[in-house]
Amino acid sequence: MGGNVKVVIDADLCQGQGRCFSIAPSIFNFDDLGNGFVIGDGELSPETIDLARLAQANCPEHAIFIEESS
Amino acid sequence: MTDKPPVLDFATDFDHTDPEWVSDPYPIWEDLRQRCPVAHTDRFGGAWFPATHAGVSAIAKDTVNFTSRDVIVHEGRPTEEDLPAPIGLAPPITSDPPFHQIARKLILPAFSPGVVNALEPQIRALCNSLLDDIITEGVVNASMNYARLIPPSVIREMLGFPAEDMDIFIRCVHVITESIDRPEEERIELFAPVEEYFRTKIEEHMENPRDDLTSFLLNAEINGEKLAVEHVFGTMVLILVAGIDTTWGAIGASLWHLAQHPDDLARLVNEPDLMPVAIEEFLRFYAPVTMARLVKADMDYLGCPMKEYDWILLGFPAANRDPVVFKDADKFIIDRAENRHVAFGLGIHRCIGSNLARLELRVAIEEFIKRYPKFELENKDDVTWAQGQIRGPRNLPLRILS
Repeated sequence: MGGNVKVVIDADLCQGQGRCFSIAPSIFNFDDLGNGFVIGDGELSPETIDLARLAQANCPEHAIFIEESS
Repeated sequence: MTDKPPVLDFATDFDHTDPEWVSDPYPIWEDLRQRCPVAHTDRFGGAWFPATHAGVSAIAKDTVNFTSRDVIVHEGRPTEEDLPAPIGLAPPITSDPPFHQIARKLILPAFSPGVVNALEPQIRALCNSLLDDIITEGVVNASMNYARLIPPSVIREMLGFPAEDMDIFIRCVHVITESIDRPEEERIELFAPVEEYFRTKIEEHMENPRDDLTSFLLNAEINGEKLAVEHVFGTMVLILVAGIDTTWGAIGASLWHLAQHPDDLARLVNEPDLMPVAIEEFLRFYAPVTMARLVKADMDYLGCPMKEYDWILLGFPAANRDPVVFKDADKFIIDRAENRHVAFGLGIHRCIGSNLARLELRVAIEEFIKRYPKFELENKDDVTWAQGQIRGPRNLPLRILS
């Protein structure tokens, strides 16, 4: 509890479906090939965690992971 | 088509060109999910159809046991005359790893969100000019006179082909996607003018390069070497086939839905911000594209005795209706927040044009409902659906209401 929560994209799983950066453009962006990546260090605040979870729940490739570290 | 025996049981003798499947496949798929869940047919030289999300997902991601050399189910199989694997006829959709990734990376930048989103004003202007051309007299054929005309215009312009070639363009697409029931020789014969037309355009671009997708492909290099003309031609055919009937189907099916659900239509008119979420539900519920694979070698897979060169009909639209993955899967929920639909496929062959398709679909619906905020089906029985692996209404007369 009280640890940091981070969001990451598994680049091997990402196929550029484009859902994450459409739903949460403040958290995700896309590269030249159209694959998603996490902006900055991916650390989530209580304000952004729900948006990250929504993006996760819309990724057809299950490529988004939200990790808690203590 | 008419001399085919009727399907008695879709579990053991399915045919995706059967009139029942063409007009309303969803109850068939639900029945298969409960009974099989992988259907088989001896038609087309042997084919399998997984009806569940799990089955579709497993095969879509399995490039070891399945090949993409041919992705349209038909009576024949790839012959020696076809390009050898792994390139396939229309790279990268017909390519297998490792060549697939090379061919795909080459064209991904041309369809990235950054490049595609810049087309929005142009697509919006196109939609408005089509709407301006429609003389309503109360009824609009939203498929033939609107949805059908949007994607070819966009693709034609991307390839840098002249506007007056629009009819040739549309004919080419139909030859390729709708000739699956024809004998192989007939298909080849039908295909000849398509090939000739494209070769002429490629030659013109070779002599006189421009800032378009055709010149982009001709300039592209793999390991320091320009692409073979067959590769360029194959990729163009792919862009044309994959980018036209598909998006036409998606736009048409979405308007078909709105014509029958005035509550959904009113919500979209009144809450334009809902559009991106609604678009994903249109894509889930009316996913237009079913793909195919070929079995590489005899094996037992998902409990089925598959044989080398059996077809797999890869039903992404069926996966999108699987209640194991989607809550209230058979209900269209316009503000469905969690929507992991697979309308654009799964795994390495994810539709390259998905960003473009979404943009065209969104802008087409936005402009149509802005122009006509109230409409209904003129006559339910007049609506006809495309036969084959790309689903969408072909005839869609809508009565405009005031």
